[in-house]
Amino acid sequence: MIGSRRQILFRKALLWIALILGACFAGLPVVWMVSSSFKSNLEIFAYPPALIDYSFSFDAYLAVLGDPGQLRFFFNSYLVAILVTICTVVTSILAGYSFSRYDFRFKKVLNLIIIGVQSVPPITLMIPYFGLIVWLGIYNSYTALVLTYMVFTLSYAIIMMTGYFNTLPRDLDEAVMIDGGGSFVTLWRILVPISLPGIVAVGVYTFMLAWNEFLFALTLTRTNDMRTVPIGIHLLMGQHSFEWNQMLALSVLGSLPVLILFLLFQRYFIAGMSAGSVKG
Amino acid sequence: MSIAAQRDISEPANIGWEQKKRKLLPYGYLSPTLLLLAALTVIPIGTVFLYSLVDNVIVNPNPPVFVGLENYEEVLTNRKFRGALSNTLYFSIVSVVVHFIIGLSFALLLNSRLLSANVKAVFRVIYILPWVFTASIIAILWRLLLNPHGVVNFMLLELGIIPELNEWLSDRKLALNAVTFINIWSGYPFYMVSFLAGLQGIPDDLYESGRVDGGNAWQLFRHITLPQLRPIIISLALLDFIWTIHQFTLIWMTTGGGPLRSTEVLSTYTYKAAFSSHEYSIASTIAMVILAICTFVAIFYVRSQRMTDE
Repeated sequence: MIGSRRQILFRKALLWIALILGACFAGLPVVWMVSSSFKSNLEIFAYPPALIDYSFSFDAYLAVLGDPGQLRFFFNSYLVAILVTICTVVTSILAGYSFSRYDFRFKKVLNLIIIGVQSVPPITLMIPYFGLIVWLGIYNSYTALVLTYMVFTLSYAIIMMTGYFNTLPRDLDEAVMIDGGGSFVTLWRILVPISLPGIVAVGVYTFMLAWNEFLFALTLTRTNDMRTVPIGIHLLMGQHSFEWNQMLALSVLGSLPVLILFLLFQRYFIAGMSAGSVKG
Repeated sequence: MSIAAQRDISEPANIGWEQKKRKLLPYGYLSPTLLLLAALTVIPIGTVFLYSLVDNVIVNPNPPVFVGLENYEEVLTNRKFRGALSNTLYFSIVSVVVHFIIGLSFALLLNSRLLSANVKAVFRVIYILPWVFTASIIAILWRLLLNPHGVVNFMLLELGIIPELNEWLSDRKLALNAVTFINIWSGYPFYMVSFLAGLQGIPDDLYESGRVDGGNAWQLFRHITLPQLRPIIISLALLDFIWTIHQFTLIWMTTGGGPLRSTEVLSTYTYKAAFSSHEYSIASTIAMVILAICTFVAIFYVRSQRMTDE
């Protein structure tokens, strides 16, 4: 079934046309966003549009980076995302260990509940959360965001950690147990160090979910000094004068952390995505 | 023979305690998870359900009154709710179908044997790009592109595809399709990545024997590729359907449900009922309806997961 050279050439040409069309569909909107962030606000919708025009400058970026209010959004986003990541990783290691290494009465049911949590709509939880968080006295605090974000990061993290532990042979644990180590020692001394790739995958993915969260950040915080980047963008949009270039600069800067993580840990991201669990 | 059992025999006095400890240990490891899920999932869902059965909750000065299923009757017969429901279904079904088509096409392109590994790696990054951005940034991005004076209108006008400038996001007839398109753009990479993994898992022998039997490319695709990907397709579609049903941010930040409720979906409708009109009972009722729809789909998802596990 090997075609002639011409046939292969023809197929290759078609393939490349399709590839480039696809790349335009995926990439051009992003290129346009980045290029617009370097324009002046007046030139954003200039006719005819140009990718780069005379108004090219870093003004919008300087405006964002020079505004303590907007830098605060970044600080909040980093802090919350890092805290969520640490808490999720630790909790999911413990839970994954339990699911992978023990048989217990409610194992199946609990496993089912954890898978099921992924399909609970955030909007359903939002109404009671509001009351619950106010009642707990943690409205407008980092604690509120970390706890509520974990509801959605945890279930997929546990599924991934359990899957990872399942790939490790049980002989490893038994060897430690014979030496007199308890199950906790086995977990931290043996399983955790060799599970590093799995833990990184969970961590990177969790960070991304937390960095992108919108609904809870919108409803559970009130003052601007507690807002995260996505909400900051929302606030800029609500202002009277649309500062398009600043909004876009904030968007580009707000995408960088995830983009960098993605490029560095592509493999782990893809592992996370195809684990068939969670998207942002 | 496990170590613990041997120890039990040698220390008979401790049998009860050791056994209990072994039984409780897995729950101990799970305790942080269970605590969090109980406090932030089980109890809240119970609360929403209770709210949906009473009137005058939270902000009303009158004491709450138990009204049974009255709120459900009110919601389900409401025209606005039905509009939001049909918008949600349209938005979700079209998204899922097109996600599948684009995701599979791109995966097949990237899986071609005619391309070198480096070319594949570069295009893979480009194709995943939309997925890296968070919903509020995707909203800004497309509000920029779809602005009446934006670059999309300019290009379509120059190419003669549209006769006049379109108000994509503020025209009642176009807005729902526009937000659906945006959601398609942002969601297909998830499919693509999963399909790529799936395609790489299909053994070459299958294709070899297919070719020996004289199958052409289309037949190979229909009778080998699609059936092999079937479990992935089913679980992806169900999961995506659930996520799209509760998509909030994208619509909230592009159209806010407007113009004239033409893009109102269940989640934006719930949000408005709760935080704009302060009708918490009604909002809770709609929230329960969304939960019911998602649970219904999730049951099929869990089943399909089990089937692939076994």
